[in-house]
Amino acid sequence: MGAGHAHPLHLAHDSLVHRLPPQVKIVAVLLYTIIVVMTPRDEFVAFAGYALLIVVVTALARVPAGWLAKRATIELPFVLLAVALPFAGHGERVTWLGMSLSIDGLYGAWNIFAKGTLGVLASLLLAATTTARDLLLGLDRLRCPRVFTQIATFMLRYMDILAEDARRMRIARLSRGYDPRFLWQVKAFAVSVGALFLRAFERGERVYLAMLSRGYSGRLPAPEGGGATTAQWVASAALPAAAACIGVAAILR
Amino acid sequence: MTLSLDLRGVHYSYPDGSAALHGVDLRVAAGERVALLGPNGAGKTTLVLHLNGILHGGAGEVAVGGLAVDPADRARLMEIRRRVGIVFQDPDDQLFMPTVAEDVAFGPANLGMRGDELQQRVDEALAAVKMSEHRGQTPHHLSFGQRRRVAVATVLAMRPEILVLDEPSSNLDPAARRELSEILRDLPVTLLMVTHDLPYALELCTRAVILDAGRIVADGDTVDLLADTDLLRRHRLELPFGFDPRLAAAQLGI
Repeated sequence: MGAGHAHPLHLAHDSLVHRLPPQVKIVAVLLYTIIVVMTPRDEFVAFAGYALLIVVVTALARVPAGWLAKRATIELPFVLLAVALPFAGHGERVTWLGMSLSIDGLYGAWNIFAKGTLGVLASLLLAATTTARDLLLGLDRLRCPRVFTQIATFMLRYMDILAEDARRMRIARLSRGYDPRFLWQVKAFAVSVGALFLRAFERGERVYLAMLSRGYSGRLPAPEGGGATTAQWVASAALPAAAACIGVAAILR
Repeated sequence: MTLSLDLRGVHYSYPDGSAALHGVDLRVAAGERVALLGPNGAGKTTLVLHLNGILHGGAGEVAVGGLAVDPADRARLMEIRRRVGIVFQDPDDQLFMPTVAEDVAFGPANLGMRGDELQQRVDEALAAVKMSEHRGQTPHHLSFGQRRRVAVATVLAMRPEILVLDEPSSNLDPAARRELSEILRDLPVTLLMVTHDLPYALELCTRAVILDAGRIVADGDTVDLLADTDLLRRHRLELPFGFDPRLAAAQLGI
């Protein structure tokens, strides 16, 4: 089911990872992230191993490193928080380049940075190799409550239309000489947001009527097929299994 | 002769008390093609929503293919909604699934169809509107004319007894408008077309009715109604500048 939904986080091409059914990838990324988060923060070797796994998957999925790095910048605000920890932390301190840093704070910062980065990269790889539509199908097949997947499906379909509405309204405002530079000029923007909400609301009603007219009775037809084979489960289990081995080996060492 | 549509004395007032329909009588025979004309606010859309029981509660009766619309009977309502295929004015209201094929499958799936039978319905409906090669695309990425054609397919997939189109030519460029008319002309269904586009009505429908202020005020051959300038003027309908319905009808061979 190639929805071909253009999304900045999705990299549309074919690879081993792209071909895996979405549900197995979701489970793999979830388990991988849990293992990473559970690893004690001072097992540096384990984190190196986890990073290596990401590199391997990136290569298998043929995702360019630069492409991935650019999107990983979403993590920056959280990293900034981590940077403050060594200065604000308590306990034993070391002096480095004339700065007094808390050792506990340094570990804390490392903890956030390492686990955050690995988690973000894993999620980005999932997004890069799976269309938004397939992610929802995957969640659906994992028995995620249908209310959530249905809401997300509608969002996926109508977000673009809403954004288009908002863009047209903005152009119409600008065309009438609107040039927001001062705070009190924000009123027109606020009113447009309200108008956009009303439009969305009314559209929702029209969509619902159109659905009723086609026999909708409160339940969307379940998407058919798309089950994963054992081989596919095993293939994607390689990621969390390898991560678990690395983690356990590092702790027992 | 069986009647596809049989409306008797249909009244309706909106919950705020404003009356929209004042006793509409309309009979459409199977296979007929009827244009429903009328100015904005005449009650056209309200009437359309009565045909499949979405709006109800006023006096009067609606029957589709001999089956009376009864909002209390859910199974029958489902059958009515299969029989009456409404194509709404804004295809973005109608197309809500992530891909064209899934959207076309939505109606028949609601009727309980699955597997190959469902696929066959989808293929058939998409082929009828010449959109088969776009089945995997997301509706947002189609042109407006293509989306409207898919909207027609979503309804055709339910094999309706009567196809109801709300302003089918609105917002289409001339080529898309012509392409749609070519498709609609060849469909073997009863057609009720709500429109302001009088030349389009003449092209596709032999019979026309005018709805104004919640009543049917005229009913006859489309070409005769359109040639009656006084009638049109009284009901805020206008032909495009320079359009001669008699000449156009002669060209169409009506």
